[in-house]
Amino acid sequence: MLNLHLKTFLVTSLAVTTLAFPVNAGTSAAQKGADIAAEWDKRDKGFGDSRATLKMILENRHGEKSTRDLRIKTLEVPDSSEGDKSLTIFNKPRDIKGTAFLSYAHILEPDDQWLYLPALKRVKRISSKNKSGPFVGSEFSYEDLTAQELEKYSYTWLKDEACGDLQCAVLEQTPTYANSGYTKMIVWYDTAEYRQQKIDYYDRKGSLLKTLQFAEYQQYLDQYWRAHNMFMTNHQTGKKTRLVYSDYAFQTGLKASDLTKRKLEKVR
Amino acid sequence: MIVGVALVMSAVPAQVNLAYADMNLDFSGFLAGDLRLFSEGAANSGQSDARLNPSTVLQLEWNLDWNEGDDRIDFIPFARIDPQDSERSHVDIRELNYLHLDDTWDLTIGIDKVFWGVTESRHLVDIINQTDAVEDSDGEDKLGQFMINLGLQSDVGDINFFIMPYFRERTFPGSDGRLRAPFVVDTDRTHYESDMEEFHPDLAFRYSVVKGDWDIGVAHFYGTSREARFIPEINGAGDTVLAPQYDLINQTSADIQATFDAWLWKFEGIYRQGHGDDFIAASGGLEYTFYGIADSDADLGLLAEYHYDGRDSSAPATIFDNDLFLGLRAALNDAQDTTFLAGVIWDTETQAQNYTVEASRRLNDYLTFEAELRIISNQPTSDPLYSARDDDHLQLRLSYYF
Repeated sequence: MLNLHLKTFLVTSLAVTTLAFPVNAGTSAAQKGADIAAEWDKRDKGFGDSRATLKMILENRHGEKSTRDLRIKTLEVPDSSEGDKSLTIFNKPRDIKGTAFLSYAHILEPDDQWLYLPALKRVKRISSKNKSGPFVGSEFSYEDLTAQELEKYSYTWLKDEACGDLQCAVLEQTPTYANSGYTKMIVWYDTAEYRQQKIDYYDRKGSLLKTLQFAEYQQYLDQYWRAHNMFMTNHQTGKKTRLVYSDYAFQTGLKASDLTKRKLEKVR
Repeated sequence: MIVGVALVMSAVPAQVNLAYADMNLDFSGFLAGDLRLFSEGAANSGQSDARLNPSTVLQLEWNLDWNEGDDRIDFIPFARIDPQDSERSHVDIRELNYLHLDDTWDLTIGIDKVFWGVTESRHLVDIINQTDAVEDSDGEDKLGQFMINLGLQSDVGDINFFIMPYFRERTFPGSDGRLRAPFVVDTDRTHYESDMEEFHPDLAFRYSVVKGDWDIGVAHFYGTSREARFIPEINGAGDTVLAPQYDLINQTSADIQATFDAWLWKFEGIYRQGHGDDFIAASGGLEYTFYGIADSDADLGLLAEYHYDGRDSSAPATIFDNDLFLGLRAALNDAQDTTFLAGVIWDTETQAQNYTVEASRRLNDYLTFEAELRIISNQPTSDPLYSARDDDHLQLRLSYYF
């Protein structure tokens, strides 16, 4: 009897503990996660605009490689309730030379997106529902490449741990926008400069889908850190994509009038 | 003196370097081999009976820009050599223009190509460039058009003004060519309504604006119609030929696309004066895309468009008088950019059906393969497509891009 009671007591108190602990820890973990993400966001505020040249190296499971050369212009929209604007222009492979992509990111509303097809000289407004689809056949989806806005995720701090030579805070991030291909992302932020060092992406079934590793960070204007080498591995298909950035320039004088449907049609 | 000469000589290259330091010249293009396979011999007398029609296409492109791309000269010459049809063998300057881009305005002077419109199966409002009709029967290949195009951009929308001082005649297959009317179009017998003939200055204006989910364009064109009427004439050899007649028209148009989630709603409409009685024509439809079908990366799009055209028999003939288009678009979203588009244009009055299947795939960073199947079936003798009843064909294209 006593044993049984003791057992019941133990089971009950254990249940209470396991229930109570995540709730308490959850509140503070959510706050801590939000604070870390806010710090990451704050440190990137005010970059104004940037231009970069980018090489995408796609590798299939047999190790065969193909490359895309493109340029990206990004304009920061100061209103924190709106996302950034970006214009992507392809130079290689040559069959898509001149193809360009204009995106106006929004926080929770669908983004506005247009595609320019040079052979027909046609600008097409396209649906932005396709957030989880591959960008030009790479392992990066549209949502991986469009602006990462603070309000697009909810955050939970999981733990602190070493990441290479640095210390990292590990956050679980859940997309709050519609049509994401991910149930969650686990993101490693280094606590020295609050830069993303690694992201694990979990698919709609909750399985590990991809890992993105950031390398070769460089600082611009004594503030803004950009990774010059980003390597995405798809664990389910074995395919990989490496992004190599060069010629990064900040506050180049880019204006809203440089990122319009008209300029999309005319820019090279 | 010697010092002076030396100074001048050293100064000259320095100045040249300074002036050209900011200039970028890019060269690219493609070389393609086309093979058309016809299922049957030719229906009309004079046409080549060969079932295989090989031809070669070369397009080069030079882009010279300076002022960080705000000033640019583009040059795109094009040539096709078709050993079976001398009319289909042709060269064209697709583009040779100077462009200046400013914050709120831009100016293009020279030969350029401009596309207007939103629908997929008919390009009703697209009128700036003449169709290079020997290239393909879909009307999407265009001849370069000489123009001065001034664009003004503001918060309330964009305005473009076009002056087009020289008209380009449509290309037509020659006597030996397939996909033509029973009588050959003789472009040496072209007639114009304007006394200035091809030098009539055509004018156009377009206003376009983006309002949230809506992309809206309104335009007006005054000038020589890009579509011809045909007048039977007897040529020097005593053969009946068709002489193209290009009339002056006024055309007001609107094109609208609404983008809601995975739905694209599209409308194009025109009101035209100058071709028989004034008439309206409209194309409207929708496209819905299923993204990531069956847990894959592939997208499947469903397209439906309806075409109405109210022109009378004194206007240039159209196949889109009362037609329904149904289509399927698939994109595998793979590294090879594999895409398929299949569709049928179905005449709801004559029951004529015009089937198209298009597929393309990048083989590597330089080579692309495309295939196009065009089948015309069930067309009555009254249908404009009747003369192409035996011209069902598969076209294969291998392109080398550089």
